[in-house]
Amino acid sequence: MIEAKNLTKSFGKQLIFKNLNFRINNGEFISLIGPNGSGKTTLVKILMGLESKTSGTLNVAKQTIGYVPQFRNIDLDYPLSIEQFIRLNLKFTFSPKQRQLDNELITTIMEKTHLTQLKNRPLGLASGGEKQKAYLAQALLNEPKILILDESTASLDVEVKMQLMDLVQELNQKYQLTVIFITHDYELTKKYTKRALLFKNKTLEELDVAEVSKKMFEMEG
Amino acid sequence: MFEYEFMQQAFIASTFIAITAGLVGVFVVSRNMSFLSHTLSEIGFAGAAFGILVGISPLAGMILFTLVSSIAVGSLSGEASRREASISAISSLFIGLGILFLSLSAQSSSYATNILFGSIVGISAPEVKQLLILALFVIFIFLIFYKPLAFDSFDHLGAQASGLKTRLLSIIFLITLALSVSIGAQIVGSLLVFVLLTLPAATAKYIVHSVPKMILVSVGLSLAGVWIGLYLAFITNWPVTFFISTFEVLAYFGGLSYKNWKLTH
Repeated sequence: MIEAKNLTKSFGKQLIFKNLNFRINNGEFISLIGPNGSGKTTLVKILMGLESKTSGTLNVAKQTIGYVPQFRNIDLDYPLSIEQFIRLNLKFTFSPKQRQLDNELITTIMEKTHLTQLKNRPLGLASGGEKQKAYLAQALLNEPKILILDESTASLDVEVKMQLMDLVQELNQKYQLTVIFITHDYELTKKYTKRALLFKNKTLEELDVAEVSKKMFEMEG
Repeated sequence: MFEYEFMQQAFIASTFIAITAGLVGVFVVSRNMSFLSHTLSEIGFAGAAFGILVGISPLAGMILFTLVSSIAVGSLSGEASRREASISAISSLFIGLGILFLSLSAQSSSYATNILFGSIVGISAPEVKQLLILALFVIFIFLIFYKPLAFDSFDHLGAQASGLKTRLLSIIFLITLALSVSIGAQIVGSLLVFVLLTLPAATAKYIVHSVPKMILVSVGLSLAGVWIGLYLAFITNWPVTFFISTFEVLAYFGGLSYKNWKLTH
């Protein structure tokens, strides 16, 4: 569970947001929406412990967060295969037993994310959807309890978007994974999440997804 | 040719230099730092000239200058494009300083040629020992930090998201890069050390798809380059650097062609 009380962040004199109060329950699939520059990424960084808060309280288990960012520096020449890319997140070990366990974990996660057939494809040559699945698989290696998708669907075709979101939904339902979905996509918010957190006027509103309107997305440009 | 002591020493030294450069190169290329390694070699030139001027060994001068400047560059934050511009500015300044130091120290121009282009005959037994110790130190650091360094170098954002201390890793990497530049320059010269630090690894990137395999291919190509280079230099009396760079460039274009061929087959 994540709980924030009067959470405030400013960089020097510049206020990013003030008095955020929200609660995200275990196993929830929630969307985080708001215009560009409204503080979504800063909030995520604070949740992950990469940025400090200015004031307020925040309760979150930091070690168990998996983060899937929208952009990675993966160009056409990127050399690692999909499996090797996922393996980057494994710890070094001399123990053959641990290695065996790691290999089993990799196999399971690649099955979960439907990447088994593609494991030898160089990531640089993979499609947008396949790349996002690889990012997701790498984040799942930490066996997180909370998964943050940072506009992970933004550059994908509609069909691929749905496939990825179906996969995330499956993980959410089967394994009680809490999912925070940062998005600019009205349709996906409606289809997959029940609740939304909306950044507005430097603070955060909690909404039932039925109250989310297309207008909230239009102002974002 | 191994009846000559200087050739034995050149072979031992360049073997270790090639292993170090091939290994570190994989990380230079994956961190997109080819340009910085080039700049560091120019800074190394100024450092060597400074060493000669103040009466310490050129290698010590090189290490001093490359270490200080790599940490300075590492702490330059901000836009990548601005960082590139700052790096060029810094490198111009250092080449100028190198020329000044050399002229003040009143050394013959052959000294400058040795620093810039390398020299196989110039290396003595105690110098080989120094190089070995430094090379082993760099390899040791890489063994300790291999996993986190590989994660950070091949997927910086993922490493950050996993909670790795990426800033600390970056400093550790820059220190080893500075040392690699300094030791590599002893054979191939400061002007071309970046050939060994970038080309074998860039070639490996086109051929294999895992970090350990990239390291193997990169070290292999780097070793092949210096060994073939030394042999050909010995029999032709042409500069070793010429042969090394020609070999590595040919291997690079071979790797690139292989990749393109694989894409269409």
